[in-house]
Amino acid sequence: MNGRVSQGLSVACAGTYDERMARFTLDEKLAILSDAAKYDASCASSGTAKRSSRDGSGLGSTEGSGICHAYAPDGRCISLLKILLTNFCIYDCAYCINRVSSNVKRARFTVDEVVSLTVEFYRRNYIEGLFLSSGIVRSPDETMGEMVEIARRLRQDERFRGYIHLKTIPDADPDLIERAGLFADRLSINVELPTDASVRTYAPEKSPATIRKVMADVRLRKEAGTERSHTGKRPPRFAPAGQSTQMIVGADGASDATVLGQSTRLYSSYKLKRVYYSAFSPIPDATAALPLIRPPLEREHRLYQADWLLRFYGFDLAEITGALPDGNLDLQIDPKLAWALQNRHAFPLDVNRAARELLLRVPGFGIKTVNRILTTRRHRSLTYEDLTRMGAGMRKARAFVTCGGWTPGALTDSAGLRARFAPPPEQLALF
Amino acid sequence: MPGVTVPALGTASAWRDAARGLLGANVPPEDVLWAYDGGPGDLFAMEPAAFAGGSATVPRSFVALAETVCWHADPERFARLYALLWRLRATPALVGDRGDADLTRLRDMEKAVRRDMHKMKAFVRFREIGGAGGRRRFAAWFEPAHHIAEPMAGFFARRFGDMDWIIVTPDRTVEFTGGRIALLPGQSAPPPSEDATDALWTTYYRNIFNPARLKVKAMQAEMPKKYWKNLPEAAAIPEMIATAEARARAMQAAAPTLAPARARKITERLRMVEDEPAASDLEALAREAAGCERCPLHRDATQVVMGEGPREAPLMIVGEQPGDREDLAGRPFVGPAGQLFDRMAQEVGLDRDAAFVTNAVKHFKFAAKGKRRIHQRPDASEVQACRWWLEAERRLVRPRLILGMGATAALSLTGRGDGIMKRRGTFEAAGDGTPVLLTLHPSYLLRVPNAAAKAAAERDFRADLERAVAWLSDADGAA
Repeated sequence: MNGRVSQGLSVACAGTYDERMARFTLDEKLAILSDAAKYDASCASSGTAKRSSRDGSGLGSTEGSGICHAYAPDGRCISLLKILLTNFCIYDCAYCINRVSSNVKRARFTVDEVVSLTVEFYRRNYIEGLFLSSGIVRSPDETMGEMVEIARRLRQDERFRGYIHLKTIPDADPDLIERAGLFADRLSINVELPTDASVRTYAPEKSPATIRKVMADVRLRKEAGTERSHTGKRPPRFAPAGQSTQMIVGADGASDATVLGQSTRLYSSYKLKRVYYSAFSPIPDATAALPLIRPPLEREHRLYQADWLLRFYGFDLAEITGALPDGNLDLQIDPKLAWALQNRHAFPLDVNRAARELLLRVPGFGIKTVNRILTTRRHRSLTYEDLTRMGAGMRKARAFVTCGGWTPGALTDSAGLRARFAPPPEQLALF
Repeated sequence: MPGVTVPALGTASAWRDAARGLLGANVPPEDVLWAYDGGPGDLFAMEPAAFAGGSATVPRSFVALAETVCWHADPERFARLYALLWRLRATPALVGDRGDADLTRLRDMEKAVRRDMHKMKAFVRFREIGGAGGRRRFAAWFEPAHHIAEPMAGFFARRFGDMDWIIVTPDRTVEFTGGRIALLPGQSAPPPSEDATDALWTTYYRNIFNPARLKVKAMQAEMPKKYWKNLPEAAAIPEMIATAEARARAMQAAAPTLAPARARKITERLRMVEDEPAASDLEALAREAAGCERCPLHRDATQVVMGEGPREAPLMIVGEQPGDREDLAGRPFVGPAGQLFDRMAQEVGLDRDAAFVTNAVKHFKFAAKGKRRIHQRPDASEVQACRWWLEAERRLVRPRLILGMGATAALSLTGRGDGIMKRRGTFEAAGDGTPVLLTLHPSYLLRVPNAAAKAAAERDFRADLERAVAWLSDADGAA
């Protein structure tokens, strides 16, 4: 431990701010500043305005769907060059690798370096574009100003038509956020933790109220950007791919019900495209303030499933979290199956007659499957084999539906139904 | 038996022409032998004219299906497509039948081609090979599972419009020079090339990886090993996987370190709050209210929305609570009800800018419903908690008349919120004796369902606004 401390201090004392940075090559900076950026889960590059460079006047295109150019062994998609402008930061957020009290190596890109890395990576088809975030140095305005300048250079000087995602700095001047939205496809700002109280505890320099105001502001500006003026002219589009946010799960004691309540509120208030849930994972040089557990990946997965049910399957928050004894989702089975097991009176459904809203509630049926059922049953009635061919997960669905040649009989109400889906009990590790 | 050889170049349109002809000539599927000529520059092995003049009406989604499936590597694809086309003549609705085995098979092939195309968009890696005339030049080698180089040419042309490039695949080479696409024969081996930027990319790939979340299966599901040999970053994968667990464990096991010396100074300076002095007592009040937690509403709303208007306004207008727009903008009466109020106030000559406009409750109360926020009426305890701020505003502004709109405002101002329909148009008194003219809330006017009731409500509301204007001018005259 002593070794680590003195090593860390020697980095911090090894000279002035600028001297310390000059020691790093571009490769070293890239290593430090991508390592520091990986805790942002978002890498989406979809859903922005269509752009092309077919006429030879620029570089890049966006065509609606995102593209993952690589996958890391953590299973995450790599779509964007996700880096920090700098990992120097004056804030002291307990969960963050870049907090002022951490001893990680610090580096800082120049504007030129970020622009050139983005363009050169893009030309080789490594990436869809740039996701730029930053630690906060000296002042929020200065940091945000430099990030906006990078986006401007890419768009105007390099005529770059790929995807740009900028992380906004909460306390920056609203004019800078306005400019950011003109160059970027997506803006985001992280709420960080599920409750205001947790933010105050673990990110004392951040203000939940300010974060909310920025999200409100982005929504208002985006909506103003779609209204035509009295002359019928459209204003320049503002952040066409909308805004998103991220919440760290498992760092504080918030239950899944609290987390989902927060995201429901955020979706409805600020029209977010996505709320990302990031399982709190051990970071290098962590603080003693937080437990270094294995990241709760299964919990993160269940939260995403519940999030989808809320947004695309017509579920209400109370339906998903209402019956949870401790407010936490069942880790062994997915939330739709959990709901169906608790609401067996609603089943079995007749696949040949049931309404769309009800079919969406069948475990094992996704939106695609339901659409296929609806188009096909217009012409003829469906059998069990048809459902299999349509991609339905019949292992789950069979207990909850009837169709040509299939009825679940007593299976729907059988006592052992849950046990068929839950994984067998596991021998706990001793350590 | 007619035999049709579909060429490797322009496969999809050649198949479509042939199929149209065969269908026109009423040739059943079992009588056609389809072949694919993988060589370059072939023509039909038969006279297309043999079946000229055929035209067939087919569902649009079949055309799109055939367009994609034609690039599949399966030698039976042409025959399968034609067989389905034949069946579609009698039953066009079949194309929407997701349970049909023939169609399912073709849809699966379509999906395989689309996936292959998507992976090509993702995994082609260009290397710079010099250039001329201001355009840089790049080359890539890619091994798709299907014959997709030709249909993919457009994508890369739209994306890399300002550079020259060549993508070589085993059965087709696409060359893009000066903005023109050329389709050439393929090559059996990759063109040798190196690019220093690959090393930077690999550095990025190594460092964006989080060793604490190892999920190798998830990676391989999306980036199967067959692609690895042409991805420069993939060389790093085995070592990344092998060391991940040890790295994660080391992070957990490491004891916390001492913060660097500068950290404390920075944090102390940052936490020393330097508040600028407030510009006015109303501003000071607003700052104080910003942190209000007197009731639970602060948890869900964006911000406190305090009143707005001249410090010495003779008229204070009190509504219920901020709505969706007010909550976002941080200003009262900017949403639909506020706009309606403005319009009607203008009609009766009430100058809104001369009035102090505020709400009985300062935080927006709502229920989140999907993508929308549904307004909820604040309950008595919330109104009571927020009276503190309304009273403070009233003490500072000291209006001569208060216009209370709706039951919530009535409750906060007079202590009673019931019977607003009977009480509207009458003057009551606030706790300190200031006269309060009660009226409907403008959002009520927006919600009244039937036209007659709406007209009546608007008439009443307008009359009350006029009453307020008259009262103020009388008071001016008296003064």
